[in-house]
Amino acid sequence: MAEYVPKYVGTVTKYVFVESPMMTPGELALRAYEASEGVLIKETCFGLQVTGEPAAVDRLIEEIRSFDPTHIFIKDRGFPPGDPRRCRANLGGARPGYLGHEREFRILRYITHGLEELDRRGEEAEVPEEAPKREKKPMLDIKRLQELIETEEP
Amino acid sequence: MAKVFIYPATSLILSDLVARFGHKPLGAALGIRERIQTGGVDSPPLQITPEEPKRGLKYAAVEVPSGVRGRMAIYGPLIEEAEAAIIVTEADLAFGCMGCARTDELILFSLRQSGIPILELKYPTNEEEGIEFVAAVRKFLAGLPKEGEA
Repeated sequence: MAEYVPKYVGTVTKYVFVESPMMTPGELALRAYEASEGVLIKETCFGLQVTGEPAAVDRLIEEIRSFDPTHIFIKDRGFPPGDPRRCRANLGGARPGYLGHEREFRILRYITHGLEELDRRGEEAEVPEEAPKREKKPMLDIKRLQELIETEEP
Repeated sequence: MAKVFIYPATSLILSDLVARFGHKPLGAALGIRERIQTGGVDSPPLQITPEEPKRGLKYAAVEVPSGVRGRMAIYGPLIEEAEAAIIVTEADLAFGCMGCARTDELILFSLRQSGIPILELKYPTNEEEGIEFVAAVRKFLAGLPKEGEA
């Protein structure tokens, strides 16, 4: 069995999706480069991947969101960019996970509309009833488990 | 800042909304990243080693297939860590092989058993539902403790 030596240890990678009539991924990439300050940026067909130290990535993400807050969406990624286990340059075809993104990408316009409308309405937006508050249940105590086993309770 | 488990665990929309409204989304990427950044034996593509089904024994019985236990080794710690959860029911993108399907059932069962606050929604199919979706998520997250309160 081969030894595994990870790359980019201690970094975080995030996807940035842009679904905007005002901004293309290329334009977003240019503006992100200007604010990158050492964070690795990879342009993709749907937006960007940013990789770097967690604090630097958080700062850049905050900056990127401000470009077009209701049209830019961000999520975590487990793999670094260009990883041969995921990159379609090595595998061919769509990257695993892309189809899920494609499915959600079609819904993003409704989310954008929701964000814009709520911003416009402020706090007055109608919402469904709040979920009932519940306390976190404690784990089954080992002594109690032993008692259950001994008493053979159903 | 509360830790909010999202289901589907790879959801872009939920991950974004949770982070946007000031909380930490717990999704599959965090578990995968931990394994990808840990050295050891090369086990592509996801660095799931034979150790994972053993760790999964904490969340599923020994007779449960190793595929489910291996997946639960990723999701189980996240569910334990979660202080709240947002579930999109009937998410058509959350499908896969039997291992994925059974793991999804176990994730939902574990979340509902854990007693943490849960918001259950459906993906919007039009603009009106989009407003309701975002409003529901915003209100749910506003009720969770922010940084410094917990």
